[in-house]
Amino acid sequence: MNRYETVFIMTPVLSADQVTETVEKYRALIIANGGKTVHEDAWGLRKLAYPIQKKSTGFYHLIEWEAEGSAVLPFETEFRRDERILRFLTTAMEKHHIAYAESRRDKSNRKAEPKQEAEVVVEMPAKEASTPEEKA
Amino acid sequence: MADKKVRYLKSIEIDTKAERYCRFRKKGFKYIDYKDPDFLLMLCNPQGKILPRRLTGTSLKYQRKASQAIKKARHLALMPYVADNLN
Repeated sequence: MNRYETVFIMTPVLSADQVTETVEKYRALIIANGGKTVHEDAWGLRKLAYPIQKKSTGFYHLIEWEAEGSAVLPFETEFRRDERILRFLTTAMEKHHIAYAESRRDKSNRKAEPKQEAEVVVEMPAKEASTPEEKA
Repeated sequence: MADKKVRYLKSIEIDTKAERYCRFRKKGFKYIDYKDPDFLLMLCNPQGKILPRRLTGTSLKYQRKASQAIKKARHLALMPYVADNLN
């Protein structure tokens, strides 16, 4: 099993439903080829640095996945046939790349956690405040 | 005499004072991310061309990685191939 990272750009013409549908298609394709997705990241609508097919924006999506090397070719041919895809890039991840991606994910998780704690703290006084009123 | 040339025992120190170093080696980079165009812009001139090693001081190993990362970023339209005024 090798690990790969694919970034692809979808046309900005698509609706939100169509975007999720397209992503779902490729997710299913990975599983059909005997692989599994490790991580996903939707960057959303981004401005392109230069126009592609006369479009100046696009929906970016990143999939990190694991599969045998033979799964890459059918995966990429599907991208070439798909009219909704402007660009795609698949990279094989070496160990430093994997370590970098994982450390980055840890950082974003750590940033997300304190926020949840803060929300809990906010809720607590509200409950305390409500209880005396009920007693009264 | 007018045609007598000035000679130095040692070569004069002009433009050799700033020590060059590889920024990737110094900071312990293992991998250069192609998905981070803001960082890669530091290695480009205002026209979007990749700066040579002799200007940035990057070691050969990391220059190779950086140039590959920039080319990947260009393919994904994260960075321009040609530009007027970057940086």
